[in-house]
Amino acid sequence: MSDTVTRAEPAAPTGSATAPAPTESAIAQMPLAKAVNAGLRQAMANDPRVLLMGEDIGPLGGVFRVTEGLQAEFGPRRVLDTPLAESGIVGTAIGLAMRGYRPVCEIQFDGFIFPGFDQITSQLAKMTNRHEGQVQMPVVIRVPYGGHIGAVEHHQESPEAYFAHTPGLRLVSPSTPNDAFWMIQEAIASNDPVMFFEPKSRYWHKGPVDLSGSAAPLHSSRVVRTGTEVTLVGHGAMVTVMLQAAELAAAEGTSVEVIDLRSLSPIDYGPIVASVQKTGRLIVASEAPGFVSVSSEIAATVTEMAFYSLEAPVLRVTGFDAPFPAAKLETVYLPDADRILEAVDRSMAY
Amino acid sequence: MAETVETVQLLSADGVLQQGAAADEYLPFIDALGDDDLKRFHRDMVVTRRFDVEAANLQRQGQLGLWVPSMGQEAAQVGSAHAARDQDHLFPAYREHAVAMVRGVDVLGIIGLLRGTTHGGWNPAESKNFHLYTLVIASQTLHATGYAMGIALDGLHATGDPLVDEAVIVYFGDGSMSQGDLNEALVFAASYQTPQVFFLQNNHWAISVPVSVQSRIPLYQRSAGFGIPGIQVDGNDVLASFAVTRQGLDAARAGAGPRFIEALTYRIGAHTSSDDPTKYRTDAELQRWVAKDPIIRFEKYLRTRGEGDAFFADVAVEAEDFASDIRRRTLELGTPSTDKMFDHVYSEPHPVTSAQKAWLADYESSFGDDQ
Ligand SMILES: Cc1ncc(C[n+]2csc(CCOP(=O)(O)OP(=O)(O)O)c2C)c(N)n1
Ligand SMILES: [Mg+2]
Repeated sequence: MSDTVTRAEPAAPTGSATAPAPTESAIAQMPLAKAVNAGLRQAMANDPRVLLMGEDIGPLGGVFRVTEGLQAEFGPRRVLDTPLAESGIVGTAIGLAMRGYRPVCEIQFDGFIFPGFDQITSQLAKMTNRHEGQVQMPVVIRVPYGGHIGAVEHHQESPEAYFAHTPGLRLVSPSTPNDAFWMIQEAIASNDPVMFFEPKSRYWHKGPVDLSGSAAPLHSSRVVRTGTEVTLVGHGAMVTVMLQAAELAAAEGTSVEVIDLRSLSPIDYGPIVASVQKTGRLIVASEAPGFVSVSSEIAATVTEMAFYSLEAPVLRVTGFDAPFPAAKLETVYLPDADRILEAVDRSMAY
Repeated sequence: MAETVETVQLLSADGVLQQGAAADEYLPFIDALGDDDLKRFHRDMVVTRRFDVEAANLQRQGQLGLWVPSMGQEAAQVGSAHAARDQDHLFPAYREHAVAMVRGVDVLGIIGLLRGTTHGGWNPAESKNFHLYTLVIASQTLHATGYAMGIALDGLHATGDPLVDEAVIVYFGDGSMSQGDLNEALVFAASYQTPQVFFLQNNHWAISVPVSVQSRIPLYQRSAGFGIPGIQVDGNDVLASFAVTRQGLDAARAGAGPRFIEALTYRIGAHTSSDDPTKYRTDAELQRWVAKDPIIRFEKYLRTRGEGDAFFADVAVEAEDFASDIRRRTLELGTPSTDKMFDHVYSEPHPVTSAQKAWLADYESSFGDDQ
């Protein structure tokens, strides 16, 4: 795999539309975890200032094997098995960024990010602002997140909203291997801190990666299925669930458009508003609890931006406002295609 | 925590340079200093103290929202700051006014923080590597450690040339010793053998909480548990603070790994202008420490070396001039433009901050001349 990977174009800088047209296509099938791995390898090969830091990311390759082989390839000075301390990882990454490095931190699981919360929200997010632009913080924080893996407490959460609420951070989440490969490189190329939420239930699902292709702008949303009557918006693993729901709805005679959010902060409203102007109906789906969430934010903003196009209130289908339950109940907690279809029916009934 | 038998002291309470086994190791660092260096130490302590008094006055007169006094801690700060070499990086907490002064920072930046005109105040890259103040207790210790990890990765320590090799010094207080971040910083520093000095100013209080609540053992002894050599110094002795820190930084830059220094000192003033220390500490305790004033001690030493009234009078005039210049420029500090709220939230363009900046500009201009 590494042969093809090294032929990939470097990541386009954040916000730019496309990289140069490829001279030959190199499509590889790989799971999402491998695509992140390939993107990390590419970024490290392109820029010696890129470092990886995290718990168990060296010889083990991370608990999800996302960094597998990278320490062997780039050495322990560029792939650091850190002490077991999340605040320490993020805090020292800030110091390394001040020194000119571009650290990529791995948080082992979503529920273990909170010991690093101060360093992320009060330090990393504000550092450029406090320096009045004289210091940049090109730090990426990778977070495997979300449910569907039947794991124990603290291993299936979706903490995006805590960080989306914080000015100074950017948040993205790829749903496909191709996006994972390109978006991780764009995140590393960004001079702002980027929280990179990896939908861990999708880690093992294969998809095509266009290694010689080009990156879509990091902070763009994307229509992944066209439809005319209802718009569904979501991110990460929820995209697969929304596509299932759209398929089932089509069988019942309802045409559903599906949008992959890709970026949670900032949110690219262009495709969402254009879709709502066509369908008149919007449903936002996420695994995270709905109260004060990215879903609430989208509902409020689209109501402001497309009020006269709406035929029904924007509906939210989210995890419940209860702690993520024991694994035997996760399928009840997490929105599935049926819960989305129930919302489709409610929306159509207005 | 009281002095221990191991506390390094070079100047006795009445300003006499100590000789003998305990001092011998450090006296060469002092011997290497010239008259001008010693006079500079004194000048930096006196000017900082006068600045501190002026800022406290400005606060009482309603010109600053808050003031954070450094009075009493000048020797620990001036000695350690002069121990740092030009290429070193210094990460302060929020009381290190004398360190800023030594590094030539325009301390009007500190005034701006407390008057409410900025969250930053200076550019570390243009301020002899004096980084920004940090208010979240101990969080800067990790930034300093990460920075020192970067020096090591760059191969810019342990080359054998102390004028090239870089090191980091990070400042914090006794209360900070209980924070997770400080303990994580010690772990990372030990793991990666960073070129760095942890400089604790034990001023005996964390707001109203005595150091005995933070620790039942002398704090410098804790670092051994992390695999980092620790040493305790009389922080009201500017020469000892200088010598011990110079030795520690030079060892760290030479590749010997991190060092921990506990400087015993005392916060003569309140924690901040909002604090009332009479509620938690006795006047007798305060007076014991007032009697150990670091500036008086050093002045005695300089006089025994032959410095006369003229020098001390000159420094006093310089301090007065400095204070009146700060007062004048404080009163001239304007209100920052509203654009500043949005301009540096991100380094790269961001649709939300751009839209809100434009909205606010429109909104404000909608009031026309009535504003
Ligand atoms: C994380 C955090 N908790 C609480 C505070 C409020 N606070 C400000 S200073 C201080 C005491 C700090 O004591 P110490 O570290 O000894 O430093 P000193 O003020 O004595 O210089 C406290 C509790 C804070 N700034 N940050
Ligand atoms: Mg203290």
